Amino acid sequence: MSNVEKNTSQNEKSKSLEDIFEAKIARDEKIEPKDWMPEKYRKTHIRQISQHAHSEIVGMLPEGNWISRAPSLRRKVALLAKVQDEAGHGLYLYSACETLGISREEMYEQLHSGKAKYSSIFNYPTLTWADMGAIGWLVDGAAIINQVPLCSTSFGPYARAMVRVCKEESFHQRQGYEIMMTLCNGTQEQKDMAQDALNRWWWPSLMMLGPTDDESIHTEQSMKWKLKRKTNDELRQQFIDQTVPQADILGLKIPDEDLKYNNDTGHYDFGKIDWDEFWQVVKGHGPCNKERLKARNEAWDNGAWVRDAAVAYAEKHTDDESIRKAI
Amino acid sequence: MTNENLIHYIHSIADNSLILGQRLSELCGHGPTLETDIAMTNIALDLFGQTRSYFQYAAELSNEDLTEDDIAFLRKERDYKNVLLVEQPNTDFAYIIVRQYFFDVYHYLLLKQLENSKNVNLQNIAKKSLKEVAYHRRFSGDWLKRLGDGTEESHERVQKAINDLWVYTDELFHMNEDDKIVANAGFGVDNSSLKDEYYQIISDLIKQATLEVPEIQYFQKGGKKGIHTEHMGYILSEMQYMQLAYPNMKW
Amino acid sequence: MKKNWPLWEVFVRSKNGLEHRHFGSLHAPDAEMAINNARDVYTRRNEGVSIWVVESKNIKASNPEHNGEMFEPAADKAYRHPTFYELPDDVEHM
Repeated sequence: MSNVEKNTSQNEKSKSLEDIFEAKIARDEKIEPKDWMPEKYRKTHIRQISQHAHSEIVGMLPEGNWISRAPSLRRKVALLAKVQDEAGHGLYLYSACETLGISREEMYEQLHSGKAKYSSIFNYPTLTWADMGAIGWLVDGAAIINQVPLCSTSFGPYARAMVRVCKEESFHQRQGYEIMMTLCNGTQEQKDMAQDALNRWWWPSLMMLGPTDDESIHTEQSMKWKLKRKTNDELRQQFIDQTVPQADILGLKIPDEDLKYNNDTGHYDFGKIDWDEFWQVVKGHGPCNKERLKARNEAWDNGAWVRDAAVAYAEKHTDDESIRKAI
Repeated sequence: MTNENLIHYIHSIADNSLILGQRLSELCGHGPTLETDIAMTNIALDLFGQTRSYFQYAAELSNEDLTEDDIAFLRKERDYKNVLLVEQPNTDFAYIIVRQYFFDVYHYLLLKQLENSKNVNLQNIAKKSLKEVAYHRRFSGDWLKRLGDGTEESHERVQKAINDLWVYTDELFHMNEDDKIVANAGFGVDNSSLKDEYYQIISDLIKQATLEVPEIQYFQKGGKKGIHTEHMGYILSEMQYMQLAYPNMKW
Repeated sequence: MKKNWPLWEVFVRSKNGLEHRHFGSLHAPDAEMAINNARDVYTRRNEGVSIWVVESKNIKASNPEHNGEMFEPAADKAYRHPTFYELPDDVEHM
């Protein structure tokens, strides 16, 4: 057989494998780690799941900034548990990604070197206690809209991780909204604090749902693989439609002069999003990009001797009798 | 024994949990691995939970119309009666683990006695906390062994942490006037009775971890009388930031 | 040195009477730490009463490429299932 023939027959073989693969996804069957998958599917999933994991881990930092200053013990434990959940969710997602043949350390390396992306919203600073409310209400609100459809995505480990994440996150948004509610029922100073937080977090939250459909390069393929079920613009509209009435209940004003309910469409029309700002932050020029990466790098580097010590101990104590046998 | 004595006694137990919880929660998001980060946050959450139970009870006992948060956030530095050990900074993971282990063993022995308190509320809090603290002690002890018998670097670091923090261990067994009165009434614990067992346990583990037990015979004290280290002012200014910047508001 | 913590698979029994179920994975330097970490990561909402851990590299798996010969032959053995057999309507429970 000539080389040309060999290649052709191999191409045909992978073509038919790919057809079977796509048909499986179309039938809503799950893809599991050891199943055959196109290289592009593997790469796309590694990119999306690791970015998702990085977002959870970097997302701990802006909220972590207020744990030691939380204004009551009840708020303190709730916030601490929430930030801890984010560590857990990062862990579930890194684990799901590892089934695709990349190690957590490799993913960290991509994050720490600045090569990998994470959600840009975490590059904004948390300046007041009300930001804890706004993040829970808006950022977690937008995250839930993004995440719920992923519970039925095609890659089994990702879907299972998302089921767990969504279940655990159900308290996060409520936690934030309750903080906002308390502020809005408080003194004028507290109401102003809540309004100020909404003003600062509103537009970044809208951007969090991704670039507009005509700018988004991955949407079509992602829809086919059920990494996405709705387009960015649809998700954004859904977020706005559900959030405006919640702002009304709080008595807060959404910082958009063009925001208006459209009787014909049944949706809210909204103003122009400053995409220049979005791309600036994505490119690393947001207010806190450097601090966030620095904090992650330091945690990892300062932990190196600790991780090494534990490995060295394990190697010396391989025959530890104190651990029970399972069966 | 007056209500005041009992309230002060409860504060001094709870302040240890509060301040150590505060120290641990500074670490959330900065641990050496995700798994360790999550584990230490769990310990902080347990400690804050205990703090709340104690302060809720102390607020009930008080004649004033107090809440747990008034007690946690509105006192002056001198009124916090935690031991100096728990306010020591998160210098590195070795300090964090040694501080934790030194406190956990004491905490465990204390709660085991407090379970027998004549006061039902303290009995109940001790019962619930004891299970949590048994795990804390296991966690910090497991890590102490790994750091001690790990690499050369970890061995040196943890030995240094032991030497530096050793001077804060004796204070765990000091009794101020309130402690004595409440212990005599059968409500509180005679801390001095825990001392021998305490040093036996930690010395055994330190040796098992291939480390040396310090021979230091001078100790630091003051926390139980409200005389703290320089760290305490910073801990409180952070913890009480909202109360100081926005007095008299609900959050 | 730079050796990374290996990956472990975590199995949790939610309550007595149920089997251990695969909950997920995590990194740990050894079995003792893996159990501690599993407790903190996977049972912090009161999800378990017993934990098993096994280092991921020790689990062997069937090959999905052999799924045809491995599993499809079992698909047409309807006689292994009770509905294969016909009973008169009068026999209510069997």
